[in-house]
Amino acid sequence: MTQEFIKKIIEASAATIAEHAEELTDLDRAIGDGDHGINMKRGFTEILNISDDISALPFGKALAKAGMTLVMKIGGASGPLFGSFLMAAAKAVDDVPSNRDEMLKLLDGGIEAVKMRGKSDVGAKTMLDVLAPVSDALRAADADLINVARKAAAEALENTRDMLATKGRASFLGERSIGHIDPGARSVVLLINAVCDVLETA
Amino acid sequence: MTDNVSLVIVSHSGDVARGAADMVREMVGEEINVAHCGGNADGGLGTDVAAIMAAIKSVYTQKGVAILVDLGGAETNSEMAIEMLPDGFADHIVICNAPIVEGAVMAGTEAAGGSSLTAVQETAEETSL
Repeated sequence: MTQEFIKKIIEASAATIAEHAEELTDLDRAIGDGDHGINMKRGFTEILNISDDISALPFGKALAKAGMTLVMKIGGASGPLFGSFLMAAAKAVDDVPSNRDEMLKLLDGGIEAVKMRGKSDVGAKTMLDVLAPVSDALRAADADLINVARKAAAEALENTRDMLATKGRASFLGERSIGHIDPGARSVVLLINAVCDVLETA
Repeated sequence: MTDNVSLVIVSHSGDVARGAADMVREMVGEEINVAHCGGNADGGLGTDVAAIMAAIKSVYTQKGVAILVDLGGAETNSEMAIEMLPDGFADHIVICNAPIVEGAVMAGTEAAGGSSLTAVQETAEETSL
């Protein structure tokens, strides 16, 4: 069961990243260096290539291996950032989260790792500005967690538009970073929706 | 070969990394070991954690290794590479907050005189003031 679930998550994640690679690159060209889409696609394509190996592992170890693959393959800062998220999430849970508290443990473990790796925090127009609001919304919700996550992610992404970037390449632009959504945050939304899609059909 | 601090140059471009390393060797000489890497795992622009780890190992000495990077991803990937090296390595490695070419030449000059890792880092970082 776990094996099949991991495989579905990998396939859905790789598919959405590949499908939106150009959009991510365009977003990154506006406020970064224009390599986010192609870098993410390289990383997730490699995860897809070794999905048989990854899905044969227990859930925690599968997360860790996927994270390490992103670190080694992406080639930009998003490698260590998305990779560290998964590697820390792997330390927070051994098995597939079966309830909200376990899901939050996974998410919050990953969020802390991204803060440390990026020496950043919420409000700097980064992937954290989707991850943290989604975690908060899940913590406050009683039911319908999948839709709560989707909605929180979409709203949080839109909120990055008016933020001033203070971390990463976009921070070089100062005020000119305002008016564009953050590409890393967009990637997080795509991945959250991919996971939600799989959960809905599970 | 030497007991001086070594340098590792990490650029998004293999050509920039090689060129900066050439400048250090030309201007500073052979008293220090310089490794360089650039490009992602597919050979395009970017940085490659595995290549950074290999570059560090190739010139590692307990005296220390100073890393010079160009843009954001090179720094984040270098930090990742340092953490993934065997225990104890990280204590002897620093990433200099300095422009890659000028920083490398200044760091190399300082290192060639036998200075400590801290002194090499400080000299490199003076170029960003």
